[in-house]
Formats: sequence, C-alpha cells, structure tokens
Amino acid sequence: MAERQTKHLLDFEKPLFELEQKLEEMRNLDSGRTTAVVNRSLRSLEKRVSVLRTSIYENLTRWQRVQIARHPDRPYTLDHIAGLTDGFIEFHGDRLFGDDPAMVGGFATFKGSRFGFTDRTVMILGQQKGRNTKARKYRRFGMPNPEGYRKALRLMKLAAKFNKPIITLLDTPGAFPGLEAEERGQAQAIALNLFEMARLPVPIVVNLIGDGASGGALGIGVGDRILMMENAWYSVISPESCSSILWRSWDYKEEAARALKLTAADLIDIGVIDEIVSEPTGGAHSDPEKAIHSLGEAIARNLEELDGFSTAELLKNRLAKFDGMGVFEEN
Amino acid sequence: MSWFKRQAKGIKTALNDQINVPEGQWVKCPGCSQPLNARELGNNLLVCPKCTYHFKMTSQDYFELLFDDRKFRIFDDNLISVDPLDFTDKKAYTTRLKNTRKKTGLSDSARAATGKVGGHSVSMASMDFSFIGGSMGSVVGEVITRAIKRACRKKTPLILITQSGGARMMEGALSLMQMAKTAANLTKLSDKGLPFIVILTNPTTGGVTASFAMLGDVHIAEPGALIGFAGPRIIRETMGQDLPDGFQKSEFVQEHGFIDMIVERKDLRGRLIHLLHLFMEAVPLAD
Ligand SMILES: [Zn+2]
Repeated sequence: MAERQTKHLLDFEKPLFELEQKLEEMRNLDSGRTTAVVNRSLRSLEKRVSVLRTSIYENLTRWQRVQIARHPDRPYTLDHIAGLTDGFIEFHGDRLFGDDPAMVGGFATFKGSRFGFTDRTVMILGQQKGRNTKARKYRRFGMPNPEGYRKALRLMKLAAKFNKPIITLLDTPGAFPGLEAEERGQAQAIALNLFEMARLPVPIVVNLIGDGASGGALGIGVGDRILMMENAWYSVISPESCSSILWRSWDYKEEAARALKLTAADLIDIGVIDEIVSEPTGGAHSDPEKAIHSLGEAIARNLEELDGFSTAELLKNRLAKFDGMGVFEEN
Repeated sequence: MSWFKRQAKGIKTALNDQINVPEGQWVKCPGCSQPLNARELGNNLLVCPKCTYHFKMTSQDYFELLFDDRKFRIFDDNLISVDPLDFTDKKAYTTRLKNTRKKTGLSDSARAATGKVGGHSVSMASMDFSFIGGSMGSVVGEVITRAIKRACRKKTPLILITQSGGARMMEGALSLMQMAKTAANLTKLSDKGLPFIVILTNPTTGGVTASFAMLGDVHIAEPGALIGFAGPRIIRETMGQDLPDGFQKSEFVQEHGFIDMIVERKDLRGRLIHLLHLFMEAVPLAD
C-alpha cells in the first residue's frame, strides 16, 4: 500500500506523506505498551499531520490543482457512474463510424434518494481515462475522436426522446489531435454538439471532474448547470500547451496555469461555472468515496431544482446563460 | 462608405496596401515561390496569377469585394477587449491589445456589417488574422453573436467569413465559452429558417472551426486554405510522422465531406449572389 502511494505522490504532498509515515511507525511501535508519554506524542504528531494537510491544501497554487486534477487515483467518469447510479447500461457506437472508448455513456438509475431526493433514470456520459498503461492507451488518455462526440450526441438525443435528464462528466486533456480525427471532422463534431446541446429539451447538468481542456471538454459541456469539483481545471488550453505557444518553451506551465485563471474559484467569479463542489481535504484522490458523494449531492440538488422549469423556460435560460458569457467594454 | 472616409479612420486593407506600393516592388509567392509584382497582385485580389495562391485579405477587403457597390454599414466596432483575467505572458495582454489596435487600426479581430449582396439584405461578419492571429475572445464572440441576432431580427441571411487561429488564450475559459455562445445563438437563426453561409479562408482552425465555422448551411472555402481543429504541428507530434501533402487544405477537407464548394476569390461574390437568389426567392420565412 505504502509503495503504491509513493508512486502517485505529488511533489507538494511529500512532506505530508513523510509525516504520515512517521505517525504510522509510531502507532506500530506503540501497540502493546501504551504509556501516557507515547500517547501524548502520538496525539501531537496527529495534530501536526492534520495542520500540515490543511495548510498545504488551503494554499494550493493553480498548477498544484492541475496536478491534483490529473492524479491517477482521482475518481474518473466510470467511478462516478458506479458510485452514483445503479444498473448502468453502457451504450456503444455513433452509428456512423465506430465506438470510441474515450467517451462512455448510457442510461442508469441515479440514486437521488441517497441525498434526500428521488431516484430517477438519467443519461450519464463523459470522457474516460485509463488507470494503467494498457487502459490509458485503450481510452486514448481520455481524448475523444469525432465518433466519441457523435456517440455522446446520439445518447443525448435518446435522452431527449425519452424525456430523461442528462448528466455529463468532463475529464479530458483535449480532443484527440490526430490525422484521422481531422479527416473525420473533429471540429464539426464538436461544433454540432454545442449547437444541439443548446436546444436539447431536457435538463442538462454538466460536471467538471478533472481535466477540462478546450473544445474537447466543452464538446459535452453546454447545459443548464455547470458544476465544478474544487480541484478540477477548465480552460481554453492546457497550461503546458499555453506555455509552449506563448513562452515558446514547455517550462512555463506554472506561470501559464496562473495566467489562465483555470480553477473553480477563478471561474465562478467570471460566471463560467455555477457551483463549486468541495473535495475532501487532501483532494478527491485521498478519499474518492467522499468526493463522489459530494458530487452526487450537488447533482441531485440541481436536478431537483431544474424540475421546476418548463422546457421553454429551461431553453430560454440556457441560451441566456451562454449568451451572457464574456467580458468587454462598449465605447 | 467613401474611400476617403475609410482611409481617414485608419482601417487597413491588404488590397490597397499592395496597390499603393511603389512601382517595381516584388513579393515572393508562398505557393509557387515565383516573384510577383506587388501592384499586379493587388489588382488581382491578392491571388497569385501563376498558381492561384490566395494571400490573406482583411475584413475591409471582403466587405468591399462582396457588398453591392461597395456599400455597407459597419456595426459594433466600438466593442473593446478588456483584460478580465489580468493576463500576462511575456507581454501583458493589455499591452498586446494596445499595440495591435495601433498597428491594425482595428478594435478586434472580427467586424460586422450589413448591406446588400445581389440586392438581398444580409448580415455579415468577417475576421482579421492580423489582430492577434484572428483569435476569438469575448469581443469576437459578441460581434458574431450580434451579427446573428441582427440577421434574426431583420430576417436576413447571415454570412460569416472566417480567418482565425482559434480561441484567444489570453481570455482563458471566457474565450472557450464564445464557442458555446455563438453556437447557441445560431439555433435561433436556424429556427427562423434563415440561411447561414460560411466562407472559410486561410487559416480557419481551433475554436472557430469547432463552433460557427462548421455550422453553416453552406460551407464555401477559398482554395488552399488551412482548415482544421488541431494545428498541423501538434498533429505531427502526436502521430510521430510527416503529414500527407495537402493535409487540412480546403481540397482535402472537401474530399472528407466538410466543405460544399471551393470558390476562387474572383468568383466569391457571384457565387454568393447565386446562392442568395436560390435561398431567398419566393421562400416564405417563418416568424
Ligand atoms: Zn504562386
């Protein structure tokens, strides 16, 4: 277990990890002969661990949040689906070219009752990353091809047909920048999704759960409510690519992350997102179950609120929401 | 609008720049590497007479080329990009904006106009690559959106001429949202049964391609224009191999089904008028 943790340890988590190990050792030593002295130092060490964790996680830089958003132990789309629904049935294929494992989706029963609301059938879909080398390659690192976006649109239209709400989970380093993706119209696939999602006559709750890069994320990101997990990021470009273009070097990713204002706290200020979903101290990867639960509560509450609108109101508000995005001056 | 007035406002036109160069200046054609007489090039709509390479034109050039009698009314050139993220890379975004405005005489990389084309009233917008790579930030999103709304309100066709490297990095997620904003507003134009014609010019990539540029009823491309989502450099890196000749050029994109027709610049206006006649004659419009 310790070995696995070391492997996925983020730089800034190291001091915390060392202290936690020390605590673990002391606990092991302690077993058998509990003395007041040992107890006292144990409690003091526990306090130090908790203070350090809080101080690290309350002062995260934007780049550190990007690192957390990409942590391999962070819950991915299928983890959220498993945690929040029963009876998920995955649907495959865009009916035009193929199936894209970087985009997954299907109908399921969303367990709203766990949060004091009702259980209901939903269409739930999102980009899917892999956890090991083989799975990462199979899932194309969560970077969909055009058929991924077209499958997503097919599923969302099915949801509309059966009058079921849609939950999308955004987690992608971008749409796949490949030769075949271009041949098959990556741009057109994304554009059409933006257009169609703006007028799908059912509630859409969009959730940013990790990486949120560019049109590849937005391709399933138009909806009535935009929720964002505390340590997810969302922008027009990844910090690395931004660094490479504007600084002409890959070395300025931290500066680029700062400049792009890509965190949930930044984006709620400029109206790009509606709600920040808090994560456990230590990030979603430190307690995936708790993180999934927080997201579920937010989704359930927002679905319930959206029930209060007629379809006409829903669509009018959705258009107004995106119509109002942007900051400029009129001279 | 008179020639003089436009000059006085400091709006650059690529055509005029070339026509006004001193006699005897030469330009090397990126298409065929031949030396071209600049003034002749200017008088040939900036198209190489030898290989039909299309040099970039400005929004002003397109308006003058496409509107009847070169008459049109400009809208929304009073919209100004601000710096909502306080963005600084090697240069502050505010400095970049100030310098670019001064250099180009433009307020941003998209301009809107109304006028007549073949007698049909149209709402038009065109982009300028010279303004931060034709990138789309909040102002471009708003200019395009207002052009869409103008078409809806006046029940006229919409014509968008695209020329852009994609979304503008310096406005972060707000730039990204302009894709959704423009696409969402286009649903209203579609509901009203109004034609939407896109003219894709060199280059049209990134967030502009992945939003309004690929949502037209008709997609017209100028010959040899670079049209795609990801840039060729990043695709080459991803694939780890050289890209085929003509990859992401108009002809390639047409072959793959995303462009209706490739039209040379000299024929653009004629083709537009033909399409507008087909769309607008005796077509009852929905309210
Ligand atoms: Zn030439």
